[in-house]
Amino acid sequence: MNFDKELDARGLSCPLPILKTKKSLNDLASGQVLKVVSTDPGSVKDMQAFSNQTGNPLLSQSEEGKEFVFFLRKK
Amino acid sequence: MENRQKKMAIIASKGTLDMAYPPFILATTAAALGMEVQVFFTFYGLQLLRKSLKHIKISPLANPAMPMPMPMPVLVSAIPGMQSMATAMMKQKIKKHGVASLEDLRTLALEADVRLIACQMTIDLFEFTKSDFIEGIDYGGAATFLEFASEADITLFV
Repeated sequence: MNFDKELDARGLSCPLPILKTKKSLNDLASGQVLKVVSTDPGSVKDMQAFSNQTGNPLLSQSEEGKEFVFFLRKK
Repeated sequence: MENRQKKMAIIASKGTLDMAYPPFILATTAAALGMEVQVFFTFYGLQLLRKSLKHIKISPLANPAMPMPMPMPVLVSAIPGMQSMATAMMKQKIKKHGVASLEDLRTLALEADVRLIACQMTIDLFEFTKSDFIEGIDYGGAATFLEFASEADITLFV
């Protein structure tokens, strides 16, 4: 998937992946896509909740080895 | 669906390392989710607004749930130095597992426009002055908290 910015949240625990995702989205324009890579298993549910609450669509999420990859589109 | 911004109000009343985390984690996350957040720091929680957080510690005493490297009789926890040791161990764990420091979370909260309110009565009670606390906080009393909390969607006492 194409993306406009990548956030490396590897090694970070709750709530840092979400806080950094929020900050990274601030730098994007509406419609642009943010890729987030995390290693925190809790971030899977948290990213869905973040997307639901903020209205920034979660385009996809996948597990690659011990990493979790998310694509969010800024609303 | 209504578009009113959700609100969360928290009372932070504890000044130990473990109990310092929930208010800051929830406040920063709620702000990231788009909520308006106020945290009211009262009694020992007021310690969390002091310029330095080096004095914030965790005690193994009367804390049977705290993981220890080996089983330890309760009285051993009361030996001088045990509190510092437990705090050092906890901070090491925090770092190792990529958990944010309290200082970082507090800065993130301020950056996210979380309103941190120091309880004026506690300041007077413990004879603090405003110069003991970080910049960018507000001062108020029970009515200040209740005014906001009465319209909050989430209200927590920590």
